[in-house]
Amino acid sequence: MSRGPSSLAITLRAFPTLLRVGFADAVAYRAEMVVWMLTTTMPLVNLALWHTAAAGGPIAGFGQTQLTAYFLASFIVRQLTGCWVVWEMNFEIRTGRLSQRLLRPVSPLAGYMAENLAALPLRVLLSLPMALVLAFVVGGREFSHDPAIWLMVVLALCLAWLIIFFSMAILGTLALYLESSSSLWFMWQGLFFAFSGYLFPLPFLEAHAPRLFHALHGLPFYYQSGFPLELMLGRHDRAAALHYLGIEACWALGLGLLLAVVWRAGVKRWNAYGA
Amino acid sequence: MIRVAHLTKEFRVHRRDAGLAAAVRSLFRRRYDTVTAVRDLCVEIVPGERVGFLGPNGAGKTTTLKVLAGLLHPTGGEVRVLGHVPQRREPDFLRQITLVMGQKQQLLWDLPPADTFELNRAVYSVPEADFRVRRDEIVELLGIGDTMRKPTRQLSLGERMKCELCAALLHGPRVLFLDEPTIGLDVSMQHTVREFIRVTNERHGSTVLLTSHYMVDVLALCPRVIVIDRGRLCFDGRLEELVRSARPEKRIVVKLERPVERADLEAIGHVVRHDAAVAVLQVGNASLREAMARLLAGLPVADLTVEDPPLEEVMRDLFAREAGAAGADADGTGGPGGGSAEGPEEGEGDE
Repeated sequence: MSRGPSSLAITLRAFPTLLRVGFADAVAYRAEMVVWMLTTTMPLVNLALWHTAAAGGPIAGFGQTQLTAYFLASFIVRQLTGCWVVWEMNFEIRTGRLSQRLLRPVSPLAGYMAENLAALPLRVLLSLPMALVLAFVVGGREFSHDPAIWLMVVLALCLAWLIIFFSMAILGTLALYLESSSSLWFMWQGLFFAFSGYLFPLPFLEAHAPRLFHALHGLPFYYQSGFPLELMLGRHDRAAALHYLGIEACWALGLGLLLAVVWRAGVKRWNAYGA
Repeated sequence: MIRVAHLTKEFRVHRRDAGLAAAVRSLFRRRYDTVTAVRDLCVEIVPGERVGFLGPNGAGKTTTLKVLAGLLHPTGGEVRVLGHVPQRREPDFLRQITLVMGQKQQLLWDLPPADTFELNRAVYSVPEADFRVRRDEIVELLGIGDTMRKPTRQLSLGERMKCELCAALLHGPRVLFLDEPTIGLDVSMQHTVREFIRVTNERHGSTVLLTSHYMVDVLALCPRVIVIDRGRLCFDGRLEELVRSARPEKRIVVKLERPVERADLEAIGHVVRHDAAVAVLQVGNASLREAMARLLAGLPVADLTVEDPPLEEVMRDLFAREAGAAGADADGTGGPGGGSAEGPEEGEGDE
């Protein structure tokens, strides 16, 4: 019997179409999409809080201008790394819709990835006005002027997206083992809020909890938000940036491998209820 | 070729009573039952066959189709479809099969079906030229030229089902698993879908395994039927044999020139229907000739035809007989919970 192309080859060939269709799907409800993206308001709330807190003087080296730059950049990073795959997987596993994906010769994970990536152009569009506001409010002096660092920012953002996607997909896959894994995601998100630099810049911890500060640089949460935006703000030199990029890449790779294992075992438990 | 040898599929199902107390209890202690959806099923289907897969609700039909399509891992036994082990879900296997579930859809809800078709072209690696030929052929057969450019959410059930079929067949599958493809459709739409399935099978030699509760689908499409009940094989053979074995009787439809007494008809056979113009009698196969002779000789017959009993009735009799046999069987299927043999309908996971 003749063997066709491998799953990977099919996936790579089909990926542009998956992206194209994913984009069409993402813009089917234009207004809803924009409103949904605008609900990422936490960086702006944090900005207001910390801006007020820093009125009396800089906190751990962050004055009001630096905090403004930090949280507006945080908003942009959040937009550019946004995923929702954990919700999609939970819904499709609970309702049996995953079956339709499993019947296709392309990995469902590739499909989810394409759908989440397809929304990125809209997110970039939405981030542009915020970037202009950022440039207008704080000027260029708060940002790195090293082109090599900016290249690393791009790489760090790509890896951050992968870390977020993989961790969401792992937790989504756990719905194949549990009745629903949404609560696990909330737990993970709580850790993200606390340890990523999303609620407050991690350097705030350096003086008071140096051990925790250093430990957090070894966890994936920091690379989902704090690291890319600290790079933008020129808070790391090239050597340090490369060091952290290495750790970030390891997390992306490790989570990717873990996802492959969890998914492979999980699909064997698929009962296709309701489908 | 589809080969199923001693297939068994069990599900572990969480059971709890209704009510708040039961919900709280289930937080601390969960009770699970094992439900046997398919038990020791052995079947072979050769390429190009159209086979009806029949059984009452919960018989295990859909579970079997899902195993054959690679969605479920069998608990026991061996399954081969086109030489592949389905649950490995190899791309080469998935490109040669399709599973259409009448109550589930693969069409992208917010986009026109044409986008799903394009997506399937890419994921099934269908060359552009082949894709156009196949799509145009199916679009013409089903008459969905305009439909496929409207968002799926705005289509009627019938339009959606036709587009589902198109999406499922664009890659030219060699094996079609069709699970209730005409469910919910009106008579005309059912006819269109049936004709489409028949033409697809005849033109492309694809193998069709069809489940349907509409016996007219089975009559029109399937020379062979496989009947399962409570996960067990009850019958595998030609449709006529099924009717003969389950109901060794014929129906004589008599058009009358003038009204007759019911007692005159009852003297000849069991009266199924009787009015001024038409009478329907049921008689055993052995006494058919004699009954016809007596009708023609003794009653004002304008016309007379002989038919098999309706398939619905045949199936009802068969399932009633099987249910009786299962009730008497101490080792009956259905698992400790005695529930449906079909996979549960909702929910996932078992911890």
